[in-house]
Amino acid sequence: MEKLISEFSSGLFFWQTIIFVTLIFLLRKYAWKPILDTVNEREKSIRDSLNSAKEAKKEMENMQAENKKILQEARAESDAMVNQAKQSGKELIEKAKSEARSEAEKILTQARSSIENEKRAAMNEIKNQVADLSIEIASKVLEQELDKDKNHQDYIDKLLNEKKFN
Amino acid sequence: MLVFASFTYALEEEKEQTLQEEITEYIYHHVQDSHDFSLFSTKDKKTGEKKYYGFPLPVILVDDGVKFFMSSKLDHGKKVVESSGKYYKLYHGKIYETNSEGYISYDEKGKVTNARPLDLSITKSVFSILLVSILMFYLFRSLARSYNDNNQIAKGVGRFFEPIVIYIRDEIAIPSIGEEKHKKYMSFLLTLFFFIWFLNLLGLSPLGVNATGNIAVTFGLALVTFLITNLTANKTYWKHIFWMPGVPVWLKPLLAPIELLGVFIKPFSLMIRLYANILAGHIVLYSLIGLIFIFKNLVGSSLSLVLVFFISIIEVLVALLQAYIFTLLSALYFGFAVQEDDH
Repeated sequence: MEKLISEFSSGLFFWQTIIFVTLIFLLRKYAWKPILDTVNEREKSIRDSLNSAKEAKKEMENMQAENKKILQEARAESDAMVNQAKQSGKELIEKAKSEARSEAEKILTQARSSIENEKRAAMNEIKNQVADLSIEIASKVLEQELDKDKNHQDYIDKLLNEKKFN
Repeated sequence: MLVFASFTYALEEEKEQTLQEEITEYIYHHVQDSHDFSLFSTKDKKTGEKKYYGFPLPVILVDDGVKFFMSSKLDHGKKVVESSGKYYKLYHGKIYETNSEGYISYDEKGKVTNARPLDLSITKSVFSILLVSILMFYLFRSLARSYNDNNQIAKGVGRFFEPIVIYIRDEIAIPSIGEEKHKKYMSFLLTLFFFIWFLNLLGLSPLGVNATGNIAVTFGLALVTFLITNLTANKTYWKHIFWMPGVPVWLKPLLAPIELLGVFIKPFSLMIRLYANILAGHIVLYSLIGLIFIFKNLVGSSLSLVLVFFISIIEVLVALLQAYIFTLLSALYFGFAVQEDDH
């Protein structure tokens, strides 16, 4: 310890302290302050950029979600529209079918009834003709009978043949 | 072979003694500060005279006015220098005032009784400190400038040092002192860290500088820490020293002197720690290098060489570690000085 003190170099201590303190002040002005300021500024700008990037990402996510929602809505709407169109088309077809069916039925019924009528009219005509014919034949037969019994049958046959040709 | 070896050993025993002495002397001289910047020396085998290679440094003495001359005039203590009517001589690394013949007188304990002028010479250590300071100024100035030219991104060698600057801020200053108060200490902490680190590394270079292993230098560093701690301390700090809160009243007066002693012990420990670590490292390294010459055989010398290699690597680590510890502890002391009473 005594040697340490006797060996102590006050000159070195003097210069060391002066140089060191001067160096602190010089470096503070010309190096540390600009370096630390720049580093802080840079860190701040990095932090800000990161934050804004995060915000932008969030915004984009929101937008995407919104887009998705809109898309879904649009799809649902179009689906509904298509379904509705399908439904109404089906209904239309169904209606047209039934209408057509009923129309056909109607026409058929009408045709049937008119056939029936025609048939009836024809029958009546036939009946009338048959009646007239019968009456004619009968009167002719009777006339023949009156003339000659023998030829009755022949005559009737002849008449009938005549009628057949008609 | 073995017999032969022991025979030569016996022959060289006397010579070896002187070699050991020479190595011891060499180490002693090396860890001391010097007035010259000598790079190496040779010894004339016949005359035993040493020849030094290097360059002289200015000697500045304050003794009834300022005396200035180059250290080459002292010629490693062989010559007496006359400067404005007074005579000076270098003796065991120190400059003494003598008569014109260079007479050195001793007391009964063998201590030199000659008067010593105030020696403000630019010694080897001062020169290294200046060199490191200029280097640091250039380095960090260029780092600061490179930001302007390169859009806030460090360029060149500054790229290596910028993360260290940020590390000191984020891992030393802010955790020890606190987010809002660390700023005013940053200049000191950064300068301190790089100053010690660079000086330690310079000490490991073959230039043979030993600035941080000199107690005057570490005393200067610790003194600045001490002054900053106590000059920036707040009320809470002094209250903790003189009237410790949270302990029984009768204990408070007992704690005060201990705490007051702690104020001085803290920077004192900083001073001793750095000094002792670097000095011990240098002595170990030089002793191991000396061992290479003492062994003088393939096995022993190469073993020493391997040891020197490993110790050198450890010393590089120690150079950084000691700078880190000094800076961290300084920051912690500043932290104690400015912390608010919150417990």
